[in-house]
Amino acid sequence: MPQAPPDAGPDAPSTPPAPPVLEVENLSIRYGDVSALRNVSLSVHEHEIFGIIGPANSGKTSFLKTLNRMDRFESHMRVEGHIRFLGRDVRAWRNVYALRQHIGVVFPLPVGLPLSIYDNVALSPRLRGVTDRRELDVIVERCLTRAALWDEVKDRLDSLGSLLSGGQQQRLTIARALSQDPALLLLDEFSIAVDPVTTMRIEDVLKELRKEMTIIMVTNLVQQARRLADRTAFFLTGDCVEIGRTDDLFEGKVKDPRTYDYILGRFG
Amino acid sequence: MFKATELNLRNEQREKRWRLLFLLMALLLILPVLIILILLVYRGGPVISWSFLFEFPRNGMTEGGIFPALLGTIFLVVVALVFSVPLGVAAAVYLSEYAPDNWLTRTINLAIINLAGVPSIVHALFGVGAFVLFFEFGTSILAASLTLGIMTLPVVIVATRESLQAVPHAFREACWALGATRWQTIRRIVLPNAVSGILTGIILEVSRTAGETAPIMFTGAAFFVPFLPESVYDQTMALSLHLYTISTQVTGVPEDLPFGVALVLIGIVLSMNALSIAFRVYLRNKKKW
Ligand SMILES: Nc1ncnc2c1ncn2[C@@H]1O[C@H](COP(=O)(O)OP(=O)(O)OP(=O)(O)O)[C@@H](O)[C@H]1O
Ligand SMILES: [Mg+2]
Repeated sequence: MPQAPPDAGPDAPSTPPAPPVLEVENLSIRYGDVSALRNVSLSVHEHEIFGIIGPANSGKTSFLKTLNRMDRFESHMRVEGHIRFLGRDVRAWRNVYALRQHIGVVFPLPVGLPLSIYDNVALSPRLRGVTDRRELDVIVERCLTRAALWDEVKDRLDSLGSLLSGGQQQRLTIARALSQDPALLLLDEFSIAVDPVTTMRIEDVLKELRKEMTIIMVTNLVQQARRLADRTAFFLTGDCVEIGRTDDLFEGKVKDPRTYDYILGRFG
Repeated sequence: MFKATELNLRNEQREKRWRLLFLLMALLLILPVLIILILLVYRGGPVISWSFLFEFPRNGMTEGGIFPALLGTIFLVVVALVFSVPLGVAAAVYLSEYAPDNWLTRTINLAIINLAGVPSIVHALFGVGAFVLFFEFGTSILAASLTLGIMTLPVVIVATRESLQAVPHAFREACWALGATRWQTIRRIVLPNAVSGILTGIILEVSRTAGETAPIMFTGAAFFVPFLPESVYDQTMALSLHLYTISTQVTGVPEDLPFGVALVLIGIVLSMNALSIAFRVYLRNKKKW
């Protein structure tokens, strides 16, 4: 298991630090007059699972949206600050489509596209221009296997992805995100519509995936953050209250008492 | 045990009465359609024969067939479709998928609503001014079809836009997140799932186009043309105008003849509808979410 890098600081170890996959500086998000996020700065390192917890309306989804520049589709969403992905400002990427291909996204509610299971997973490679059927076959099988769905659907790849059960669709969504071969995977409350057993299976999948990619996981289950995340950030009504090693936070070593209150469920 | 209260019973009574009322209204609605159809088949049916469909009118249109009018109507409808379907679908795709919510978009939407409300005779006059005179197409199939096309454009646009909007937004977001452009998303996800709605728009258009008289009588359709149209620059006969002519303008027409013409006209519309409905059912069985 890769070592969770410590919070960068003056007393960071002298081993050459891997450059962060994602650096966010003074990020603020507004919807018209409503401020959704204020002055968030954080960095996410390679092969890290970075958890984000916080009650509803704390700006977690809005944060994720800005990372792959989905804010472009919301006409009244204003983003300020800097986001560097793989060392480059996300606004300086040659085009947003190339950027988005490097960032996989899993939404809270499973979205099986109204295509066959096969086509769901093959969509992203096809958008990139892969047309060779054998190559696609390989990608589809590999991604479905890694998303722990292959055994359940291998005999009916031609049936509609949108007709799978909710838990299966969520794994299909993950397979689809994996087919992008992303450097960064964004998960937004992925277990909200999924039963506990499937949730555990997906969590196991994520533990495997971290060897190959970096994961940012927004979750409404604090225990899920505890199980998976190396470091966790606590967002509260648009402020990033605290970022720390997950173990520290859950042991009560917090800078802001509100974080621990939230973790213990003592929150109003 | 629960007992139904006075109020429960009264509500149940009311419920039954309202239900009956709505049912009656619905039945009332199909009554005229049924009467028209029965009448047409009863009186027009015997008129229809092979020679009626495939011969020219004779004897000042009191005898013979309706072939040039039948062919003319099909010709007019097809050319109108060729013009208005691509234009209407493209406009609807823009309005639904690309247009930002600003004053320009709102103005265009308003214009479409108003265009749908313009009486057909006004469209006819526009057609004369624009296509017959200004573009110098003369009274021709082209001018008539363009007029029909413009008249039915709002129907296509509105139906297409509605069916595009019916495709869940989450599908688009999921596709964009994969790095797809708007166009890739439209082509791979949105349009395939909106086809059946678009077809509905086209059905409606066909029905209206085939039956219209006013927009074509000044722009390209003639009472009588002794030859078949060979290009879009020719004049043509049309079923709707032919029906109007033999019912009101010509004397000595056998009483049942107009019924036959009307039956053919309705037959064209209905069979086109049936075809598209079959196609829709086929598509719906293939796609689902
Ligand atoms: N498309 C939008 N238009 C306007 N305001 C929005 C939009 N999306 C989010 N907001 C506002 O931004 C704020 C933060 O919302 P966000 O969805 O980021 O919260 P969240 O932390 O993801 O909450 P939840 O846990 O319920 O998903 C809220 O006040 C919300 O009303
Ligand atoms: Mg959210």
